[in-house]
Amino acid sequence: MALPKTQLRTRRTAAVPAEPHQRTLAARPAIRPPVIEFRGVSMRYPSGDVGLEQATFTVEREDFVFLVGATGSGKSTVMRLLIKELEPTEGTLRVAGHDLGSIRRRRVPFYRRNIGVVFQDFKLLPNRTVYDNVAYALQVTGGTRKEIRAKVPDILRLTGLSTKLHNYPDQLSGGEQQRVSIARAFVNHPPLLLADEPTGNLDPETSIDIMRLLYRINRTGTTVLVATHDQAMVDKMRRRVLELSRGRIVRDEAAGLYARDENTREFATRLRAPSDRPAGV
Amino acid sequence: MRRSAAPSFAALATVLVTMLVLGVFIPIVQATNGAASTVRHRVMVDVYMKSTATSADEARVEREIKRLAHVRSVQFESKATAYAQAAKADPAAYALLSTNPLPDTFHVVPDNPGNVLVVNSELTRSGSGPIDPAIGKVSNKKSDTKKILEVTNLVTITAAVLTVLLTLASVLLIANTIRLSLYARRREVEVMKLVGATDWFIRWPFVIEGIVVGAAGAVLAIVVLGVTKIALLDPLANHWTLIAAPRTIAFPALVAVLLAAGVVVSALGSGLSLRRFLRV
Repeated sequence: MALPKTQLRTRRTAAVPAEPHQRTLAARPAIRPPVIEFRGVSMRYPSGDVGLEQATFTVEREDFVFLVGATGSGKSTVMRLLIKELEPTEGTLRVAGHDLGSIRRRRVPFYRRNIGVVFQDFKLLPNRTVYDNVAYALQVTGGTRKEIRAKVPDILRLTGLSTKLHNYPDQLSGGEQQRVSIARAFVNHPPLLLADEPTGNLDPETSIDIMRLLYRINRTGTTVLVATHDQAMVDKMRRRVLELSRGRIVRDEAAGLYARDENTREFATRLRAPSDRPAGV
Repeated sequence: MRRSAAPSFAALATVLVTMLVLGVFIPIVQATNGAASTVRHRVMVDVYMKSTATSADEARVEREIKRLAHVRSVQFESKATAYAQAAKADPAAYALLSTNPLPDTFHVVPDNPGNVLVVNSELTRSGSGPIDPAIGKVSNKKSDTKKILEVTNLVTITAAVLTVLLTLASVLLIANTIRLSLYARRREVEVMKLVGATDWFIRWPFVIEGIVVGAAGAVLAIVVLGVTKIALLDPLANHWTLIAAPRTIAFPALVAVLLAAGVVVSALGSGLSLRRFLRV
């Protein structure tokens, strides 16, 4: 059951004005740039803390990637760099072939419309109903009332919220709020969906539902990047895993587990090692 | 569409209170200034003629006075008129008099209350004697005049300072209340930015809300002021027609001023306060 891959990016919402000799991404033929390309990206916070250290990786179209690592390892930094909430101190970061550094501040909202973002704390508008929350994402891109009336119930049905259209966020459970968040992130059918610890505030059963939703979204052709602590989920889904540690990428496995495969002896060594240095790195 | 309206009510109440205070303060300031001005304009130099002066003398004196610099007008008060006025004020005392002791008087009004002493020195030729032999005495009640000028100046300046302070306080109060109510909603603004709304798309609803709150607060204040005026002041004004009421701003004009002030400050306050949060 595939959702229609309609491209909703009109001229209004184009991330960066297309160069004259190139057409928009949708029309370009064979060679497509990777969706995300980090090249030697470093991010040092003003306080001196290191967010990322020489990160280099690529995410191709329709990939499903898990970003794992301890707290403070740089997962959120990667997410915030991707939505341009932060600027890297070094390196280049390309999304769909466009250099993020060349996007001016005024164009950032237009860039963000092409990325769906889901957060651990849901980030819904508290004074609006579920319907209005999702509709807001369409209003922002200039959607007409007619379009909104057509698309919003549709996406809410797909996320399993058709009975909650007129409820307010504080009347919903955590799982339902996260579904609304995902519905809002996906209503414009963006090519990239970022999820920063989407199941962080949810119980295991609800987490499964949410991950299933993200998986189905990935199956429609959306590239999905999930930063997570949820070991069980990562192990069960066996997708590409990028492990971060202290801002560095230490592992990039195609069908990886949350933690590196280790036998009992290695585990014992690790337990006895001094706590701030994981042994074997 | 919006559920929680508490911050907006706070802003509305603030606008209401400040507009009420301004609406009461502006006419009072104007009345004070008007009264001060009236008093200042009554400052004049009195020229008392000798009792032996003839009408030819008086005509000559009048011409001479009019030729002086800084003289706006000259009013003649005959001894008979002066007597009648004084007798009305104090009948008992004047009943005892058999003759009229009061002289013919020229009231010399200077073009500018500040020039009264200049006119006085012109008339007395700076102390060496009046410009015409038929003049008995030139009086300007110097100490009183000086006092009047000083007091009225002080009153006007104080009123101006108070007005500036009150306006500043009102603007700051409204702007601060709006900023606080926006601060309470900064999460919303953050979410809107994440979803890809441009700055103006976020700003417009808040500015319009500012306009509505400002207008509503001002209108409520105007209604309260209007009711007070009709219920309390107009009946009183009928009793006071003998006392010259100083000219104050017409009520429709006051309404327009308050409405404009309320709307502009609220709208600007909303728009400018958002800048701080939009940078986030």
